[in-house]
Amino acid sequence: MNGGTEKKSIPYTVPIGPVHPALKEPVMFTFQMEGEVVRSVDFAPGNTHRGIEWMGMRRNPVQIVHLTDRICGICGIVHSLSFARAVEQIAEIEVPPRADYIRTIMHEFERIQSHLLWAGVAAHELGFDSLFYLAWRVREQSMDLIENITGNRVNYAIVQIGGVRRDISDDQRPLIERGLAYYRGLLDQMKNVFLNDSTIRMRCRDHGLLSYRDAQLLCAIGPTARASGVSMDVRHDYPYCAYGDLDVRPVLPPAEFGGPKGDVYDRIIVRLLEIAQSIDIIRQCLDNLPAGEILWEKKLPKLLLTLKKVQGEAIGRVEAPRGECMHYVRMDGNDAPATWKVKASSYSNLMSWIPMLKGEQLADVPIIVASIDPCMSCTDRVSVIRNGGSPDYLTKEELTRLSHEKTRRLIQCR
Amino acid sequence: MNETPHLSPREIIDLYKTEFGAGILDARITERGEGTKKTKSHDIWLRVERALLRPAIKKLIEIRFPHFAVIAGNDLGEEIELLYIFSVFYGTKFGEYMVTIGVKLPKTDLTVPTITDLIPGALLSEREKQEFFGITVTDIPDGRRLFLPDDFPQGVYPWRKDDTGIKPEMVRELWTIGRPKDRPVPPVPEKKPVPEEPVVKGEEKTSGGAAE
Repeated sequence: MNGGTEKKSIPYTVPIGPVHPALKEPVMFTFQMEGEVVRSVDFAPGNTHRGIEWMGMRRNPVQIVHLTDRICGICGIVHSLSFARAVEQIAEIEVPPRADYIRTIMHEFERIQSHLLWAGVAAHELGFDSLFYLAWRVREQSMDLIENITGNRVNYAIVQIGGVRRDISDDQRPLIERGLAYYRGLLDQMKNVFLNDSTIRMRCRDHGLLSYRDAQLLCAIGPTARASGVSMDVRHDYPYCAYGDLDVRPVLPPAEFGGPKGDVYDRIIVRLLEIAQSIDIIRQCLDNLPAGEILWEKKLPKLLLTLKKVQGEAIGRVEAPRGECMHYVRMDGNDAPATWKVKASSYSNLMSWIPMLKGEQLADVPIIVASIDPCMSCTDRVSVIRNGGSPDYLTKEELTRLSHEKTRRLIQCR
Repeated sequence: MNETPHLSPREIIDLYKTEFGAGILDARITERGEGTKKTKSHDIWLRVERALLRPAIKKLIEIRFPHFAVIAGNDLGEEIELLYIFSVFYGTKFGEYMVTIGVKLPKTDLTVPTITDLIPGALLSEREKQEFFGITVTDIPDGRRLFLPDDFPQGVYPWRKDDTGIKPEMVRELWTIGRPKDRPVPPVPEKKPVPEEPVVKGEEKTSGGAAE
């Protein structure tokens, strides 16, 4: 950084990032390296902060619902659902039970596709590309069903304040049934491939450890917290939509795989088991789908007029695939809400990277960073700046190559 | 951690009232039931005196270590209200409550003590409040900007509704800028802008667009 005059000395500073294609906020990492080992980590998000909350505070709630769809490309329903639930509480809008069930079904399909997407990314980070293709191939089934139900693969636009915008017809049911049967048949195979593979175990077991206490103190949520043994699942703890009628238990790493250790491996187990749980929930929702309306008010001008008059504040909260997603909304009798605060799931999970990455090797960085599921592949571009030297840029491919080489080394050592 | 047994929302509020008395300015519970069984979820809203922020959070930790979600903020004109949003009793079947602890800060003195010594995970949220509301968090272990870029002007706080908020000249409407000129031609020709557009008011009914 000083034009090559200063001597290179330990620890080396390794910045990674900031561009990561799928995270809401791309993250710039700076590692202090001692040889191959990470000594300390610092990160700076916010490279594509789009000011969505600022935009929302100048729009009416119906416009914001469609804005929330665009907060994240993968969490297509959780943000709109959280926001709609907050506004519904302020306006005391009773959502028809059928709409609650359809919201739940969509919520779970999203979890299936998100977890499978993650499983594929994790496999790719490890250099297990055939598994990556398999996971993403399998994911297509849920994407097709989502498209069938909502009309869109992403940005579903199914949630409206007071209900959902599309019903599930009787013609669609056999399709959904077929999709569920497909996943049920595949799950054992997926579990076998992921959990009985010695290479995956070598790369993931005891790497990226997050202790129970750290998970609590750093406010980790979702599968990241559950893998560390923190029993926390909004669907179980805090009833919303159809979950108040169902029996959803938080998935913790079972004792047969060595109990909750809080490593990358446990995060894989939790997510795989949650896919099975989601299938069960969709099945229960389909069986008990109540008849009736799907919207509290079909006419948008009437809905907007109601929302314009209401005053108050509320929290809308759901369990996103990555953990709790929360929106705080305050309305003061104007078109636009006075305050809208979005707390996405990754917002709470980012701090967990610090203890996870400490003491790990550079080649393990991709899988550990990906293990909290920051949406997609972890590192897009890496620049290595040795102290005093000019920056050497490491591309994502090179970092992935490092990770793949480590896998190969381990296989040879076996 | 000394853990108290599971309490009802009312009992939590009673605990706070006996401990802090008149320091609790407002306390209420909201409920919400959804689905067919309408199982209730509970939110607890506490407004406390400014000096009681940390004691109130310590009290919550004493009851059960909470999950810290986020700090939300309201610009109320003369004051900024910070809302520390927690949830307690996670892991209990339908027994988790959101607990929101709110404090008001006058705009003449926007300082608040850090809570990162109690809950380290609150750091990101505190950094965010510093840059978006212009609040000073005293003793914050890391006071850098979080989301805003380094070249963002100093003294502009996006979530404020007074003159320190985003200035109109900072806002660029996409429709006034148009398509970048150095890109390939789009496959479908762009529509010509309708000249009558600025005349349309909210009250006037114009045909088109609302065909469904």
